[in-house]
Amino acid sequence: MIRFVLAFLSLVPLVAGAQDAKKEVEKYQQMLGDGSPAELWELEGEALWKKTQGPKNVSLEKCDLGLGAGKVAGAYARLPRYFKDTDKVQDLESRLLTCMTDLQGRSLKDATARLFGNADRPSEMEYLVSYVVGQSRGHKMAAPVTHPKERASYELGRKVFFYRAGNWDFSCASCHGEADKRIRMQDLPVLSEPAGAQKAYTTWPAYRVSNSQLKTMQWRINDCYRQMRFPEPEFASEATIALTHYLAVTARGAPYRGPGTKR
Amino acid sequence: MSAARLLLAGALVAPLALAEPTAREVQDIHLRDFHAKGIVKKEAAAQDAVQRICTVTNDRPSADIAKQLEADQMKTIVFPAGNLMGDWQRGEDIAQSGRGMTFSDAAGTPNGGSCYNCHQLAAKEISYGTLGPSLQGFGKTRGAGAEMQKYAYGKIYNAKAYNACSQMPRLGFSGTLTEQQIKDLVAYLLDPASPVNQ
Repeated sequence: MIRFVLAFLSLVPLVAGAQDAKKEVEKYQQMLGDGSPAELWELEGEALWKKTQGPKNVSLEKCDLGLGAGKVAGAYARLPRYFKDTDKVQDLESRLLTCMTDLQGRSLKDATARLFGNADRPSEMEYLVSYVVGQSRGHKMAAPVTHPKERASYELGRKVFFYRAGNWDFSCASCHGEADKRIRMQDLPVLSEPAGAQKAYTTWPAYRVSNSQLKTMQWRINDCYRQMRFPEPEFASEATIALTHYLAVTARGAPYRGPGTKR
Repeated sequence: MSAARLLLAGALVAPLALAEPTAREVQDIHLRDFHAKGIVKKEAAAQDAVQRICTVTNDRPSADIAKQLEADQMKTIVFPAGNLMGDWQRGEDIAQSGRGMTFSDAAGTPNGGSCYNCHQLAAKEISYGTLGPSLQGFGKTRGAGAEMQKYAYGKIYNAKAYNACSQMPRLGFSGTLTEQQIKDLVAYLLDPASPVNQ
């Protein structure tokens, strides 16, 4: 619960006295003590992780997320990374698709049927991601850049971050490149520097109140590009994985605090 | 320096040893990994001269190149004849609206200028962004003469004609705003009755 309380602490009005502030915090603790939406998503995701599915009628429990088959604890904190079997750098979402197709024998069409959910039709991917990232809570972010393909992915990700295009000439850095800037009232983290990347990246994926859904990093990137007036990025494409890799490497060293809760 | 810090510093330097992908390769990857959706065409992922040069120079092209880019961008601006002052009240709605041009926007919906996303304008509007400079009292300090109208119109139409690597979208050039909408924004900025100048 601590992580949610911390997130809300900054909202406590400063004008209130210390006693009032303490009371407010206690009220939040009470509210959040009943369980956050993010935790419900983690539980649902765990059930789906263990559910037998596909032509091979197996669960995802033998899925290798980088630390060996079935090892989930701390795996997300070390993603994206290079995988020998696919000969690719993969982020969590891309790796889950590999396990759904290779391990469970499902078609890519089936595995990608609902990548982003809404209140009426939730997404299996978003549930699975919730479960896996929750198992990295408290683990230090440590995406590797040792394999040549990891180094190439990091370099590409940096290029993608600063690539200006689209109808409005934006790059990621247009909004996330300068300190103390905001869009309307929304503060913008500088994602090309460790402090900002650590603060932001360690709270994604996140339950987004405005969507009533837990949204993945792939979704976050997709929605950024939508607002940047770009065409739509392909889910789990090399460009999006490289960008995630760049952010993950820039965020290294900070403990994972997600899945967070966002407006 | 602690061991952990040293390790981090070493790891961050390591990737730099690898050859970076060229600008052309990075563009090809974008054209491969982005697809058309709704009203946004796939080709929007490719770079024009301004986008390419600003990217490769980290938004700091040499003075000569910046001058050339700005001159080229100036040629794209279609200045209407006559008065450029529209209706500041309509201008306010356009400044407030952040709608339009995304792959989830329906074709035919009127676009906004998203001005408040990045600029402070009227004092009464406290929800403003800070990516661009404050424009509060814009007309009050500069006047509303023909030259100032022309500057404001041109800047909104194509900000890159005045500052090659400006972060401001080229709102006329990109087809985001119509001639009338830009005139209304000019009035919002310059009209003494506009809340921007109150």
